[in-house]
Amino acid sequence: MQEQTGRLVCRDVGKVYSTGTVALSKVNIDIPTKGIFALIGRNGAGKTTLVRILATELMSSSGTALINGADVIKDPKKVREFIAVVPQESRLLMWTTPRQMIVAYLLYRGFSYVNAKNRAAEVLKTVNIGKYADVQSQHLSGGTKRKALIATVLASEASMLFLDEPTTGLDPISRAELWNLLNKLKKDHFIFLTTHYLEEAERLADQIGIIENGKLLNIGTLDELRAHVKYDFSLTIFDNKARIKPRAGRIVTGLDGNRQILTTQKEANRIAKELIRKGTRFSTSPVSLEQIFYFIVKRSINEETEEKDEW
Amino acid sequence: MKGRSIGSQLFASVLINAIYPMQNFPIMLVNSLLGPFAFLIVINFVSHGALLGVAIEGAFVMTMVSSGLALQGDLAHLKNDMKFQDMIVSSPTSAFIYIFGMAASELLYFLPNFILLSILLILFVPLTSLAAFTVVTVMVIMFIFSISLSFLLSTISVDVIQSWAFTGLVSTLLSTIPPVYYPITYIPLPWQYIAYISPTTYAAQIAQAAAGFITITPLNFALDWIVLVGASIAMVLIAIKKVRWREP
Repeated sequence: MQEQTGRLVCRDVGKVYSTGTVALSKVNIDIPTKGIFALIGRNGAGKTTLVRILATELMSSSGTALINGADVIKDPKKVREFIAVVPQESRLLMWTTPRQMIVAYLLYRGFSYVNAKNRAAEVLKTVNIGKYADVQSQHLSGGTKRKALIATVLASEASMLFLDEPTTGLDPISRAELWNLLNKLKKDHFIFLTTHYLEEAERLADQIGIIENGKLLNIGTLDELRAHVKYDFSLTIFDNKARIKPRAGRIVTGLDGNRQILTTQKEANRIAKELIRKGTRFSTSPVSLEQIFYFIVKRSINEETEEKDEW
Repeated sequence: MKGRSIGSQLFASVLINAIYPMQNFPIMLVNSLLGPFAFLIVINFVSHGALLGVAIEGAFVMTMVSSGLALQGDLAHLKNDMKFQDMIVSSPTSAFIYIFGMAASELLYFLPNFILLSILLILFVPLTSLAAFTVVTVMVIMFIFSISLSFLLSTISVDVIQSWAFTGLVSTLLSTIPPVYYPITYIPLPWQYIAYISPTTYAAQIAQAAAGFITITPLNFALDWIVLVGASIAMVLIAIKKVRWREP
């Protein structure tokens, strides 16, 4: 494989656990290592397994992976020089404060104690948790703990951060604060993010990968993913009695149980006028990542079960 | 970053696993003191002071074993509950430096114990220089054995409950079965054979013989050394071979 600087390249990466469980199957990725890449998928889809392989925590069973030209499988030492990871369900050590946690982590990365202390003070301000710097972590909120963990890896010299479901379990305000932080960080870091919050991927990611049952189904920008769905607009109708027949597109039952019409922008405008005239409550928007995700995953399941695609 | 400091990486483990916990939860220090001392006091009372010297030596050996075994629980907790080890695996710190730093942190954690026991040893156990050197060597070997075993078990364990089971099992093998606080002759003969399963028995026997508390033949003394050193080398080699830093 040719050395590729500035790219993350996976070729046929597979993982079969000793129990026989196939966690990943021939995953192929080729993306630039800048901005945010969000890997979305259901629980157990293989997100964490892929992150752990790329973060050199777990051996793959097959395939090759290069990050900025460094071989993840054969030369993990080189990769570890420029990556840092916040693992899924990782926690701030209960017996430390955010400052102590950051200082210790930086020492592990080879900083001197003085440099580590200075860098910790700097990053705590950047992440806006300076006032909690010396509070023992057991007294911190979930959101502050998460920010402190991100501050820990951010303080390092790593240019590439792997964040495995960093916002799981956070309240909407803490989540929004973290999104703002990640948006700032992506200017000078590459962030490999996994999430099952599709809104998070939609808001943050420059590139999105959809993984299901160990297979990477699609990868691309939101617009590129949208192109996989035949219709690019959706209308959600909140009145089940309303009778609407689209001239183009199809009616499906959405994830929320409401009827949705997937159609073209032009037809959506026409139907919208008709619904307004009838006084029917509805909403309209471009097809969301949630709908694209649902479509792509459903299509994959249907292909496996040989069922007809209802979208 | 060029020229990473190994000293910094070692110090990080000492901070994480000894200094920060002691600073924030001082009660942990009391706990570390109680274990080996409790048994020493009991043996001293029961023997009306006759076994005080042996029991002090035994407490020393047990402190070494306990500090090594404590590593298993600490590492398993950091790996399974906090996912902290994963953060370190993905960093430039090697497995060897991580474990070495963690082992050093356990020694620091048990330092008050060592200081108190050293004072008692000087006061109540008349040791020649050679005997003192023998006792220290035995303790270092036992520590190497127990940290190797601990690291091996911590990387295998997937849950803290499992790690508690490992700790219980290993504690029985290394600290309950062997006659550390009293001579092996206090155990009825058929049971002595069970005590010889544990390397701690050989360590205690060497220390007791070196201090003159028991008399053993030169051949038995040599055999004790061979078994103790052999078991420790075997455990280090098994740990190196089987240890899982990056998971397979």
